[in-house]
Amino acid sequence: MSKPMEEIGWKEVEPGGIITEPGNASSYHTGAWRSARPVYHEEKCIRCQRCFIMCPDAAISPDFEKNLMVWNFDYCKGCGICSYECPVDAIDMVEEV
Amino acid sequence: MGDKVGVEVSIAAAEAVALCDADVVAAYPITPQTHIVEHLSELVADGKLDAEFVPVESEHSAMSVCCGSAAAGARTFTATAAQGLALMGEIVYIASSMRLPMVMLVANRALSAPLSIWNDHSDTMMMRDSGWIQIFSSNGQDVYDHVFHGFRVAEDPEVSLPVMISMDGFILTHVIEPIEFWTKKMAEEYLPPFQPLHRLHPDKVVTMGAFGMPEIYAEQKMAHDQALINSKPLITKAWDDLAKLTGRHYSAVERYKTEGAETLIVAMGSVSETASLAVDQMRDKGRKVGLINLRLWRPFPGDEIREALRGAKDVVVLDRSVSVGGANAPVTSEIRAIMYHEASRPKIHCMIAGIGGRDVAPENVSEMVDMALTNTDSEYLMYGVRS
Repeated sequence: MSKPMEEIGWKEVEPGGIITEPGNASSYHTGAWRSARPVYHEEKCIRCQRCFIMCPDAAISPDFEKNLMVWNFDYCKGCGICSYECPVDAIDMVEEV
Repeated sequence: MGDKVGVEVSIAAAEAVALCDADVVAAYPITPQTHIVEHLSELVADGKLDAEFVPVESEHSAMSVCCGSAAAGARTFTATAAQGLALMGEIVYIASSMRLPMVMLVANRALSAPLSIWNDHSDTMMMRDSGWIQIFSSNGQDVYDHVFHGFRVAEDPEVSLPVMISMDGFILTHVIEPIEFWTKKMAEEYLPPFQPLHRLHPDKVVTMGAFGMPEIYAEQKMAHDQALINSKPLITKAWDDLAKLTGRHYSAVERYKTEGAETLIVAMGSVSETASLAVDQMRDKGRKVGLINLRLWRPFPGDEIREALRGAKDVVVLDRSVSVGGANAPVTSEIRAIMYHEASRPKIHCMIAGIGGRDVAPENVSEMVDMALTNTDSEYLMYGVRS
């Protein structure tokens, strides 16, 4: 389904709601749900990567060339687990406005 | 044509499933369905049917296995009754909304409480909104023929929906009737190999049973609704082809002695045969009474019913279940609803009868017609109930 979900008519849906395109969940940007945003403090971060491991989506990844953690805000729902798990308080949750 | 033999209807039904060469049978025994799955279990154990017989621990599991098996592209059968259908209810809805073809025989039995093993239609009516094709059978031959018809319709790629065949518990399941068997050649001619729309296979990866966001749920429901409605001509086509093969004609709405009838009885399942005897007796006395046998319940054949009831003064609907606290009873309710916009419509009377195995004899049907025509103020009457 290359069309955005909200534009698909009932005659176009796959019978039984079958998904024929593997991995098409990535076309749905769950980051739009976010009400709080993680703010990363690079200078406090000890690069333990606990945030990367604990993120329940796959919204955080280490950038080894630049030696820092990177957030993908298309999928970060703002759950705050990264901030809670960070052992050195390098991630603050800030309300989205 | 195969042999005509006297056989218990449940055994004949199981033989029909075997002749259809079912790949998977997953079922849990429950009265009065037991003989069907017992016999299938024997056929598999004796090597007469090359199928996977899955002796599950509950009906919820039975229907779950059936969903997996149909999703993998296997010809799938199950059978249940009453409490069993209630327990599998969650997955019954999933099977149809995932458009998974399979055939289920329901040996109609009253729902508890009080605990009853006897016949009425409360179990099937509980599933009337589940999105399955639902067909009622009047006698043993109907049941036998509809197993073939069920697989043919369910697996038709234009349909791809599960089919529920209702057979009255004990009245049909446990009686010996003369049944004309099909030959293997007939079954193969009538029923092509199952080619599912999609199947779970590593060569072409699909996701089944995915999450549906508010942005897409309504579109999926509309598509399911339209698929069920649009299955009607294909159900009829499969009946026409069955008639060419067997000489037996089935249709969504069947008429008996309706010419010039002022009063029409509407019945479903085995009670329609009883009602036909009542019609004979009343016609002998010069009364203008006819019978409508409603064979197809879902998709609801509204146009055919309107056509069949046109010109009648009174319609007496024999409902075999109670919609507790409702306006009347399930069958009456829908017939009244589709007749509402007719310029000239008959008086539609609701008679609830034969609940929890209470016998209905031809004399009772005649009496119900008389009661309905004299008690015109009642929304519904429960026939034979003691005060």
